[in-house]
Amino acid sequence: MPGTAVSSHAPRIRWHIVVFLAPAVLVYTAVMILPLFDTLRLALYDEVEGQRVFVGLENFRTLFGDPNWSRQFWNALANNFWFFLIHMAVQNPIGIALAAILSNPRLRFSGFYRSAIFIPTILSFVIVGFAWKLILSPIWGIAPGMLDAIGLKSLFAPWLGREETALTTLALISVWQFVGIPMMLIYAALLSIPDEILEAGECDGVTGFSAFWKIKLPLILPSIGIISILTFVANFNAFDLIYAAQGALAGPDFSSDILGTFLYRTFFGFQLQLGDPHMGSAIASAMFAVILIGVCLYLFGIQTRIRRYQL
Amino acid sequence: MSTARHTPLNSVAAHAALIAYTLIALFPVFVIVINSFKERRAIFREPLALPDAESFSLIGYQTVMKQGDFFLYFQNSFIVTVASLFFILLFGAMAAFALAEYRFRGNTLMGLYLALGIMIPIRIGTVAILQMMVATGLVNTLWALILVYTAQGLPLAVFILSEFMRQVSDDLKNAGRIDGLSEYKIFFRLVLPLVRPAMATVAVFNMIPIWNDLWFPLILAPAEEVKTLTLGSQVFIGQFVTDWNAVLSALSLAILPVLVLYVIFSRQLIRGITSGAVK
Repeated sequence: MPGTAVSSHAPRIRWHIVVFLAPAVLVYTAVMILPLFDTLRLALYDEVEGQRVFVGLENFRTLFGDPNWSRQFWNALANNFWFFLIHMAVQNPIGIALAAILSNPRLRFSGFYRSAIFIPTILSFVIVGFAWKLILSPIWGIAPGMLDAIGLKSLFAPWLGREETALTTLALISVWQFVGIPMMLIYAALLSIPDEILEAGECDGVTGFSAFWKIKLPLILPSIGIISILTFVANFNAFDLIYAAQGALAGPDFSSDILGTFLYRTFFGFQLQLGDPHMGSAIASAMFAVILIGVCLYLFGIQTRIRRYQL
Repeated sequence: MSTARHTPLNSVAAHAALIAYTLIALFPVFVIVINSFKERRAIFREPLALPDAESFSLIGYQTVMKQGDFFLYFQNSFIVTVASLFFILLFGAMAAFALAEYRFRGNTLMGLYLALGIMIPIRIGTVAILQMMVATGLVNTLWALILVYTAQGLPLAVFILSEFMRQVSDDLKNAGRIDGLSEYKIFFRLVLPLVRPAMATVAVFNMIPIWNDLWFPLILAPAEEVKTLTLGSQVFIGQFVTDWNAVLSALSLAILPVLVLYVIFSRQLIRGITSGAVK
């Protein structure tokens, strides 16, 4: 370590270290960390006759105790979990399957497939939300027309407009958009598996599908863990797609409301409802708690237990 | 390599699966773009047909150009993205260098502190961020967005860049020190050029989420003159919801710049992801 040439117990400050660190630490602290704690603090305040007063846990009591608020909160939280489950159950298996096919070294055009399948991921939620809204719209008729072509017209329904199907449809749209990310990460993990291991398996007669299940899958488990926690964090602060496709009311009748849209409506106000920064902070704090619990469960419960193999 | 894993049948099945999924991935984009060039009746009569001499029309694009200030939106998005990337890279690289190069008390702690932001989304602090921007008069300026995106991008940038900076040879830096270069010159002249590939990776990673973000433009900078392209197209489409030509054209115009950037940077992006930068 060259820096230690200046002995570390010398009392003088090495200013260049301060200069190197200062801009990043200042911006990060001022715009990210302080507002985060300030939001947690604001959750303990309320506005009474234009004055900000400390009310302790009163906002949380309203959020969980008042039937009107708590119904909305639990609805948003439950919807959010369903949103996450669909991602885990659909996005990650498809991503893994695509990566497994792409990682075959003899496959031709794999670069083309990879780039093409990644395209939806680079589009904004606004584009994705509206594009699918148009395609699934019964007025335009692309979706019913295509189902008709394969004789399944009776299956068509205005999926985004129905309470039972709106949230699942939106989750699947989001899956369509983000499949590229697990695909790429798993692809990278699969490429890092040395050929010798697979060849050794082949000598023992483990090929094809069983090679995937018995050799490759256990080796890429840590990557699957990382993808799961990334998906979790992204889903529990999702907002844009639902807002773009269904508006801030997350219709029909709040059936696609998730924590992000609930926070936006509460904090910013919408139509007749006035914005309330203090209730908004309380919801943001609840989101923070959910994400923190999820990340801790992953770090201490899952990550430490996944077997890692030295390749 | 034995041939057991690669029978022709397997390879046909693999291509079939990949082609099927590629079609699913590209179909919506394709439908939007081709219909944006058609006249209204043709959009509804034959949504899957390519525009021909009879159905070709640019009416939607004309509406978009007349009604929405898309050049301004594009310019705003461009300024915000480029400025944020510049600050993320400059500040991130400086901090990463300090953490990777020098041993000082609190080094590990500082690294952990900066890494916190990788897992915790900055959106949680939105309420207080808005209050701060209002108090400092930055609300409805591009600076508000640049600051937020810089703070958001720094944690991962510091993390990735410090990994790479640890690999820069000590001999090189010590040779520089013997020649009398200051620590600043060592950083800017010797180390930065060597970690350029890692900087490109960080830039590409941050570019897409910044360009596509809707939440912060909506809350911090909703005024007409500072709207980003993402927010601008969202508002425009919301207003013109029944004018299908205009909506389809606006969507196509919003897709185009991202697609161009992707074609330019896709190799860098894919290499970045697959090189294991996010392990």
